[in-house]
Amino acid sequence: MSEKKISDQSKSESRKSISLDWSYAEAPENTSHATFNKSYGLFINGSFTNYHESQSFESMNPANGETLYRCTEASESDVDSAVKAARAAFEGEWGNYSGTQRSHYLYRIARVLQERAREFAVLESMDGGKPIRESRDVDIPLAAAYFFYYAGWADKLAYAFPGKRPKPLGVCAQIIPWNFPLLMLAWKIAPALACGNTVVLKPAETTSLTALKFCELLQDIGLPNGVVNIITGAGTTGEYLVQHPDIDKIAFTGSTGVGKSIQRSIAKRQISVTFELGGKGAFILFDDAALNEAVEGIVNAIFFNQGHVCCAGSRLLVQEGVADTVIDLLKKRMEHLIVGDPLDKNTDIGAVNSKTQLDTIQRYVDTGIKEGASCYECSGPLPNKGFYFPPTLLTGVSQSSTVVQEEIFGPVLTIQTFRTTEEAIEKANNTPYGLANGIWTDKGSKIFHVGAKLKSGVVWSNTYNKFDPTSPFGGYKESGKGREGGISGLHAYVKLENSGGM
Amino acid sequence: MIDRIPIDAVGIQERVARIRTRSIKKDSKLQALELALRMMDLTTLEGSDSEGKVRQLCNKAMHPYTELPDIPSVAAVCVYPNRVALAKSILKDSSISIASVATAFPSGMSSLQIKLDDVRYAVSEGADEIDMVISRGSFLSGQYAKVYDEIAQIKEACESAHLKVILETGELGSLENVRMASDLAMKAGADFIKTSTGKIAPAATMPVVLVMLHAIRDYYYSTGVKIGMKPAGGIRSSKQAIQYLVMVKETLGNDWLDPSLFRFGASSLANDVLMQWVKEKTGRYQSLNYFSND
Repeated sequence: MSEKKISDQSKSESRKSISLDWSYAEAPENTSHATFNKSYGLFINGSFTNYHESQSFESMNPANGETLYRCTEASESDVDSAVKAARAAFEGEWGNYSGTQRSHYLYRIARVLQERAREFAVLESMDGGKPIRESRDVDIPLAAAYFFYYAGWADKLAYAFPGKRPKPLGVCAQIIPWNFPLLMLAWKIAPALACGNTVVLKPAETTSLTALKFCELLQDIGLPNGVVNIITGAGTTGEYLVQHPDIDKIAFTGSTGVGKSIQRSIAKRQISVTFELGGKGAFILFDDAALNEAVEGIVNAIFFNQGHVCCAGSRLLVQEGVADTVIDLLKKRMEHLIVGDPLDKNTDIGAVNSKTQLDTIQRYVDTGIKEGASCYECSGPLPNKGFYFPPTLLTGVSQSSTVVQEEIFGPVLTIQTFRTTEEAIEKANNTPYGLANGIWTDKGSKIFHVGAKLKSGVVWSNTYNKFDPTSPFGGYKESGKGREGGISGLHAYVKLENSGGM
Repeated sequence: MIDRIPIDAVGIQERVARIRTRSIKKDSKLQALELALRMMDLTTLEGSDSEGKVRQLCNKAMHPYTELPDIPSVAAVCVYPNRVALAKSILKDSSISIASVATAFPSGMSSLQIKLDDVRYAVSEGADEIDMVISRGSFLSGQYAKVYDEIAQIKEACESAHLKVILETGELGSLENVRMASDLAMKAGADFIKTSTGKIAPAATMPVVLVMLHAIRDYYYSTGVKIGMKPAGGIRSSKQAIQYLVMVKETLGNDWLDPSLFRFGASSLANDVLMQWVKEKTGRYQSLNYFSND
């Protein structure tokens, strides 16, 4: 017996000595296959215009603050050329194509995008700062999926609108944001082309690269000239575009402030618009939910894409009884989030898109603290260079707090508690926005009861930030107008004429 | 006695999918392989287990790959009770523990008395660790107290031997049941909770193990007691093993990355780990013919 004890002891000792502090080594994505130019002209009528240094601006890699490439600031006359090219294409070859012919081009785009997915994913991460895990697994596959989906509709439009004859609108002016550059391009271009329109699209000035690479793809697949024109530039270029007298449609995704100013500026014009603007989604967590999975849901809701998501679940409303448990679990989960190099395959949270946005996020967090919030930040290290913000929780906030009212667009979650279902619904709806909300409960009936009362275009239940081409996406109130995705997404790009039958 | 905690199977699968995207390279991979080897319970649980087979297994446990003498030995060998004494005689001077299945393994379909005798026999033969099975029939019919009492009594019969409680998750039907059985086993005195006997498919899966790790973590938060985890069956490749280690690290923390709190029950995993190890060390893959099949 005594001999056994000794051997037991020595065994447990030898085991103790081998415990180790295991961490993940760097796992950088290979970038050698993703090539791009140092400078770009504008993509008008099927080819790139000449690049002039004097009319250019730089785009940097937010992961290190270094210049990545330069592109052209489109002037008023550039915008005019682009619109003219789009008009000519609409009235020319493209306008005469059948739905089947258009679908062939869209399928081709989708397939080539899939084939070159790695390349686009790497470029998206370099230009925008998002982790390669997301650009690889979400942005690029989804972008291809939207092209596939709308390719399928191109020759079946009559079935989408029974009893009507759908006609294209004409030249569509499309302005997209920097949070999902290629995906937003797909959301805009795919339905527009499926319905027979032509496009002038302006990517955000900090993230033009994948749109410019997309132009090369269009040349490769032989899309007729002028059907898609891509002009780069900042707000002024965008203004030239929406003010252009010969456009038939404006589709804008971006901030509510800019959306409002576009709406004002076109007040006197007969022009079709769709807006996809800001949001301040509530993540309503009931005490009967599966808490561990809900915590994972919170991580996906607010820390996905550094929180640069208009439908982000940025307000956690948690039922009183489980609030402490949830916050505790969340903090422990956050300790395993890796903030760092967007091109490292293990990075969970990449770089904030720009210095301006980083400052905005910091300003909001400072305001929150000034107004009495307690702040909890992930303790992990941040890279020395580039723009990074740690995942952050703000507790001790109320409905009237600035950080609860306004969209921060960063990895910052506000946490409030509620006691009754009614209180949760009221708090969730008490905002000028209405883009997306989430409900977490183990009870199916509660999902339907609460879901029906939430004033938002999207309600996720027991999940968050899920996108699918078949599902319409858009906002209530100041979060937007019109829908993108699904059959509803076609509405935004057609005018319907009565027909005597199908 | 034990609460039924809601589990969202879709959410669990999503978390697992995310864990599987972790890319473990270079030093981290080598460390993980070493860890996997040190955490291994080399197992042979066949009706046909001969003395020679057990001898072979014990030798493999002590010297996994003779060409690289710095390779660590595994944590334990796992055998049937009537092979414990033999394993003990071979491994007595090593740091390797002897685990024995008991309690009418694998079905547990016998009386409590026989299960207790089975455990006492294995312990008296020299087993350091007892791998028991719960009575799934009693659990599924709602006799939780009975399952609890059985575990508690078997724990007593183990004396100083460590008790691993096999839930046989492949027969439990839902993740909620897995969670409940885990909570019950820990409260009744388990030192380890273990997924499977290896005799039922599916054996260990990542979603099931994640639910069990959550149970262990919550138990630790509420009691301060660290319970070990042993997935068994179905883990054949180094890649899978490393994914499990990532899951343990990100759920329970580095404390659990230790053979005293985490084990792999596997029979064919060892050679793949060794092959990967040699590849990391030498830069090239060796033919499988260089690794002994045991």
